[in-house]
Amino acid sequence: MATGHAEEPVVRLRHPWRWVAVAVIGVYAAVLVKFLVTNDALRWDLVSGYLFEESILRGIVTTLEVTVVAMVLGVVLGTVLAVMRLSENPVLRWTAGIYVWFFRGTPILVQLLGWYFLASVLPEISIGVPFGPDLATWSTNTVITQFMAAILGLGLNEAAYMAEIVRAGIGGVDKGQSEAAEALGMSPVVAYRRIILPQASRLIIPPTANETITMLKQSSLVVVLGMLDLLGTAQAIYSRNFQQIPLLLVASIWYLAMTTVLTYGQARLERRMSRGTPGVAVRTRKSTIVRGGAR
Amino acid sequence: MNTLMVDARAVRKVYGSHEVLKSVDLEVHRGEVVSFLGASGSGKSTFLRCINHLERIDGGEISVNGQLVGYRRANGKKYELHRSQIALARRDVGMVFQRFNLFPHMTALENVMEAPVSVQHRSRAEVRAEAEALLERVGLADRQDHYPSMLSGGQQQRVAIARALAMKPALMLFDEPTSALDPELVGEVLDVMKSLAAEGMTMIVVTHEIGFAREVCDRVVFMDDGVIVEEGTPAEVFERPQHARTQSFLSKVL
Repeated sequence: MATGHAEEPVVRLRHPWRWVAVAVIGVYAAVLVKFLVTNDALRWDLVSGYLFEESILRGIVTTLEVTVVAMVLGVVLGTVLAVMRLSENPVLRWTAGIYVWFFRGTPILVQLLGWYFLASVLPEISIGVPFGPDLATWSTNTVITQFMAAILGLGLNEAAYMAEIVRAGIGGVDKGQSEAAEALGMSPVVAYRRIILPQASRLIIPPTANETITMLKQSSLVVVLGMLDLLGTAQAIYSRNFQQIPLLLVASIWYLAMTTVLTYGQARLERRMSRGTPGVAVRTRKSTIVRGGAR
Repeated sequence: MNTLMVDARAVRKVYGSHEVLKSVDLEVHRGEVVSFLGASGSGKSTFLRCINHLERIDGGEISVNGQLVGYRRANGKKYELHRSQIALARRDVGMVFQRFNLFPHMTALENVMEAPVSVQHRSRAEVRAEAEALLERVGLADRQDHYPSMLSGGQQQRVAIARALAMKPALMLFDEPTSALDPELVGEVLDVMKSLAAEGMTMIVVTHEIGFAREVCDRVVFMDDGVIVEEGTPAEVFERPQHARTQSFLSKVL
């Protein structure tokens, strides 16, 4: 009878492989926990002792300073380069193209060291008429400090990546938008400022936040300049007490804490940016994660 | 007194090796409503875009309101204008697009207020009152704080018309304004356009709406393959088309 069948109980599909996965991962997790807890060489007492140690905290400040200043330089110069690449002027287009080609095509470590050792080929930096008299001159060694070399190395490299991000953002705005702006009598500058850039920024900000997170970790490369950033300080300490892993754990905990805060901020920023376009925030966040992994 | 709003002479436009416009001549007088008909690819939208220099013409010349479009005439030569000078000239010409092209990061009201504030530098309070009146006129007073993504196609297109009118143009160009709309939304946009025509606005409308052309327009222009094949009053063109190409087009759409 039909009514009888309609009331029959339903047996849901079972997922036995999920339980297998739980078992396998559970075993490995247990092994990892046992290693972390019972291995005395990890010296958790040292880790907690150094976590808020004064020199470590100073290292964090240096890391944040380098990250912020290099990112600001990267974003500003990157935007200029992107506008140059989209210019109708072929000379500007080419100049920006060559810049991006060079700074993306050489390792960042090489660039950092190159700036640091600039004095060996250019002992003096001067402002004046090219091939003419100088107005002011400085010794390169006093201008290119460790911090300056770090900013130039990281910031100029970042500008090349930001140029591509900004260019893609501007290119991602529908062509009808600039036509509508032009048809309303807006000059190119006004159309850029009022119509194109606000919309492009929605496409630019998620990958830029991603670049900031990358920069925070990448800034640890400045240890090759002997800078005492977070990693540099940890290295300086373990060169004295030979407790490498505990101090690398200290640095890792701080890097993780900082990237976690930035990732949270990024997600909130994206939600705010999606004004007027429902659904965009979710899509861009996924694509950012994919892009971050590829880099 | 010069009553000529648009004066196009021997206008040519070429994309690569394809001649989209082959010597198009057109005169539109102040207060006239002219519709352009023709199959897609006949060059009618391209011609419309040439009138406010969204496309650069490759031959001939166009004047709007007595002013040469895109060039300055001096010493028997035409000097190309800078983009900001072209922008200045465009303030007199309103344009409505097939895909609306509203600014998605601004509300309906902000869309309408944008150009008078950022281009003409008029006071926000004054512009706001005018923009509210314009939105009311197109029947969207209650939607002024909605973003374009929250509006239907017909509502978006009416906001787009209000946005163009905010610059107080002397000429309005409509590029297939109802082609991207669901059939039941076409009427509300055409109604706004009809009221605009009734108030004496000079309008050039590229459209597939034969009913609108017949009822509202003073003149119908039929284009095919980059040339104007036939033009005349709606009665002349629709009832007694002279050309075989016009006849065959009308037999398909009527």
